[in-house]
Amino acid sequence: MSLVLMLTISLVVAAGVFLTLSRDLFRMIVGLAVLASAANLIVFMSGRPASLIPPVVEAGTSELPVAAANPLPQALVLTAIVIGFALLCFALLLGAAITMQSGTDDVDQMRESEPEANDPFKPAVLED
Amino acid sequence: MLVLSPLLIPLGAAILTALLPRHRELRKGASLLGAIALLLCALILFARVAVDGRQSVALGDWPLPYAIELAADLLSAALVLITAILGTAVLLYEWRWNETTSAGPGLHPLLHTLLASTGAVFLAADLFNLYVWFELMLVSVLGLLVLGGARRNLEAAFKYFAMNMLGTLLLLSAVGMLYGAAGQLNFSALRQVAGQPELASALPVYVGLALLAFLLKASAFPLFAWLPASYHTLPTPVLALVGGLLTKVAAYVLLRLLADVFVLTPGILLDALGWLAMITMVVGVLGAAYHWDLRRILAFHVVSQIGYLLFGIALATPAGAAGTVYFMFHNILVKANLFLIAGLVWASAGHYDLRRVGGLYRARPLLALLFLVSAFSLAGVPPSTGFWGKFLLLREAFAQDHFLWGGVALAAGLLTLYSMSKIWLEGFWKAHPLGASAASAPVPGLAYAAVGGLSLLILGMGIFPEPFIRCAETATDLFWMMGAA
Repeated sequence: MSLVLMLTISLVVAAGVFLTLSRDLFRMIVGLAVLASAANLIVFMSGRPASLIPPVVEAGTSELPVAAANPLPQALVLTAIVIGFALLCFALLLGAAITMQSGTDDVDQMRESEPEANDPFKPAVLED
Repeated sequence: MLVLSPLLIPLGAAILTALLPRHRELRKGASLLGAIALLLCALILFARVAVDGRQSVALGDWPLPYAIELAADLLSAALVLITAILGTAVLLYEWRWNETTSAGPGLHPLLHTLLASTGAVFLAADLFNLYVWFELMLVSVLGLLVLGGARRNLEAAFKYFAMNMLGTLLLLSAVGMLYGAAGQLNFSALRQVAGQPELASALPVYVGLALLAFLLKASAFPLFAWLPASYHTLPTPVLALVGGLLTKVAAYVLLRLLADVFVLTPGILLDALGWLAMITMVVGVLGAAYHWDLRRILAFHVVSQIGYLLFGIALATPAGAAGTVYFMFHNILVKANLFLIAGLVWASAGHYDLRRVGGLYRARPLLALLFLVSAFSLAGVPPSTGFWGKFLLLREAFAQDHFLWGGVALAAGLLTLYSMSKIWLEGFWKAHPLGASAASAPVPGLAYAAVGGLSLLILGMGIFPEPFIRCAETATDLFWMMGAA
């Protein structure tokens, strides 16, 4: 189980990095979302995911079985998923707004806030 | 309850300013009152911590390694106090500021969530909680970046988002791995676990990953490009708050994790951090030397000054940590004040670019004086706050025979002085390119008052540095001590 998870995480990270390095705005956003899933899986992995014993104290006993799963990383990962989801929604809207205003989804064309210099020694003047 | 106030008051103010009817003065009033209440609570908290020592709250009254803990030691309380001072000054400055009138109803709630999340990061004593507050900080800044709604704002927000999201994901992975290895999230519990020999080989790797995340968020070389790409699109009061605080928050967490919680001292890690600090210092200051737009010059100086903080952390002694903390006090206030002064230059002379302004020494002698106070502080001319901060760091570096590091830090200081004299010569000394009358547009008096108040504080911290240095030394006297918990 751990090995499967490890291989999955490395695959997901590879896919995420590949997409994030793209010049296409939306591929970048999807890439970051995929990387976020990898991070979530890493958190998930920290809580003995291979255990088949649920983290429940049986009636009549007062302690968890020794090899029971750890529920805390699952709570943590839920928080992280929710935050990541909100940020993904924001990023998609932001990407849509940028493409609509500039007419391109090439991130190399995003020079409005940092205009290219037309003088060899001095930067361009930023007009407000 | 007192420990929670630096987070509850701004969160309350954020909700209040969001719910109040769309009446400008009413919202601004509520917002400013919130900041003043925060300032009062931060003062009381600081006094309490200074007298009684560390204050902490375990949420839900659970026993400690399990409850989420928020704690204020002297370092946290002092930084919360500085955050509150800065928040009040910025909101005072913003009261009649034209640039932000069109910003829409989101401005004040977002400013307060930003204050709440910075305060909470300073107080967090739990690794996952720290991550959550960093996320709130990211969300607040993204909201502030897109408020303008123009193409340049959105592009800046995207650049900020892409890099900081990466940092956040690195941090989340590091938190997961640290929990997997140590089985704890609470700082005190981690401190006890960190010394165990079976973790000795794994811990530096996981902490290194967290280090990478915070280096990105602190804008260290080579991961700083997002900062000068995005900050200058913010309206000036927001820029002062964001530029003054955020990267310093990440530097604080670096200091806390390396010197207090994990106390890792593998030489290679500290050497790498020190060299990174040197490159960050030099690259930042060279970037500033190239630029002519006031906001971009100062944004590159933010990067450069982070180098000094990392330099102090890399020295790995209580004295180095004390220097770092004093430098942090100094840098938050001075950098924010310089951004606010850049806004006054814009309001008086009509532009942020030094090629389009001038004549301010004649038209605005008071502004020139205020600029000189902060500029000398940033460059480190005695007896200013920057001088004492650099003095503490350099004394420790030379005591440890790091002569090369000390030399680089001094050279970067000289280049900072070059940059400040460029602003002085171009903005204040030379005549305005459009004639003498172009440099004297009316400026809101409250904005002057806010800058004046901060300048007085900076002046006082420079002329009477002893109590502030003693505070920094007391706050860090247990840092870098193995098993000092």
